[in-house]
Amino acid sequence: MTGANGSGKTSLLRILCGLLSPAEGLVAWQGVNVHSLGEEYFTAVTYVGHRTGVKDELTAIENLQVSAGLCGNEIDRGQARAALEKVGLAKRDALPARLLSEGQRRRISLARLVVSKTSLWLLDEILTSLDKAAISLVRSLIEEHLSEGGIAIVATHQDLELSSGQSRRLELAT
Amino acid sequence: MLRWIVWRDLILAWRRRADALSTLFFFVIVVSLFPLGIGPETELLRSIAPGVVWVAALLASMLSLGRLFANDYHDGTLEQLLLTPQPLYLVVLGKVAAQWVTSELPLVVIAPLLGVQFGLSNQTLVVLVVTLLLGTPVLSFIGSVGAALTLGLRSSSVLIAILVLPLYIPVLIFGAGAVEASIAGLSPASHMYLLGAVTVLALIFAPWATAAALRISLE
Repeated sequence: MTGANGSGKTSLLRILCGLLSPAEGLVAWQGVNVHSLGEEYFTAVTYVGHRTGVKDELTAIENLQVSAGLCGNEIDRGQARAALEKVGLAKRDALPARLLSEGQRRRISLARLVVSKTSLWLLDEILTSLDKAAISLVRSLIEEHLSEGGIAIVATHQDLELSSGQSRRLELAT
Repeated sequence: MLRWIVWRDLILAWRRRADALSTLFFFVIVVSLFPLGIGPETELLRSIAPGVVWVAALLASMLSLGRLFANDYHDGTLEQLLLTPQPLYLVVLGKVAAQWVTSELPLVVIAPLLGVQFGLSNQTLVVLVVTLLLGTPVLSFIGSVGAALTLGLRSSSVLIAILVLPLYIPVLIFGAGAVEASIAGLSPASHMYLLGAVTVLALIFAPWATAAALRISLE
């Protein structure tokens, strides 16, 4: 999903994940209005927003364990460490997140995608402050997710260049 | 899943223990100023003690309310909490429980020590602790509604005080009333029953109201 600043990419994603109510129309998941699905809908959704949702006082491992545990997908330290290794934080996983750079904090939220078992990913400007290696990591994560039958809706200014046939582009006009 | 939110908030409070300690010190200092200001007039001190301790507890709990949701709101974890597959009611319950343990429980523990400064008898000190145990959860619950409503607003701390302090009045009346009755040699039971009723009402309704307010604040 692309579009100029202020064209409503973030609003659309927030409506899709249920944080915002649409002025008209409805959001349906597998044919059912998400408002009547309630919390059940959230078992299927992972949302990564502008704000990383990383706690400064917790280490990367703790951040990942807590956010996975809260989503009903409990992981042990080993699984958390493996996911963080995959996003390139292997040697930083026991540091409080406030000591990490913006890009490294972003990588913690990427690790959430690695461990997630949800089928719908809503990713808002996920490439911000990521380096080239991390961007290609995001691409491979999304491609893997799609090949397992998942859905990802990505708001972005940069081109993701997914392998052909897997993606559709939505351009929002202002 | 509830234990994750409680565990997380307890760990965060421990790593930021200066915040919780400042609430406790505020309580101790405010209560201690009265004996110093009034002088060694035992009868007068004894009669104002219940009111002073309770008012100080209300004010001290205001200090910690601003932090209840604001930190989570600013780093984006509150959004994530709203998107977890469990009732928001439970999330709020977990956060309020952790807030009570870290910010209100220390006040209850230190209160008997402060009561001694006012010349309260042992029996009255027990009543004071029991009423605080019953009443401080209400402060956390009602306060959580105010904190959720004022989330992300400018000068939210003043707004919380204006919204929440009037709602604390029943707790203040019954809590201080029980201690006063005990000082006068009467049974504090009737006040305690009423205080217990307020606590149960707050436990049932406040988390719903807080959950609704959070959804509105995050729109």
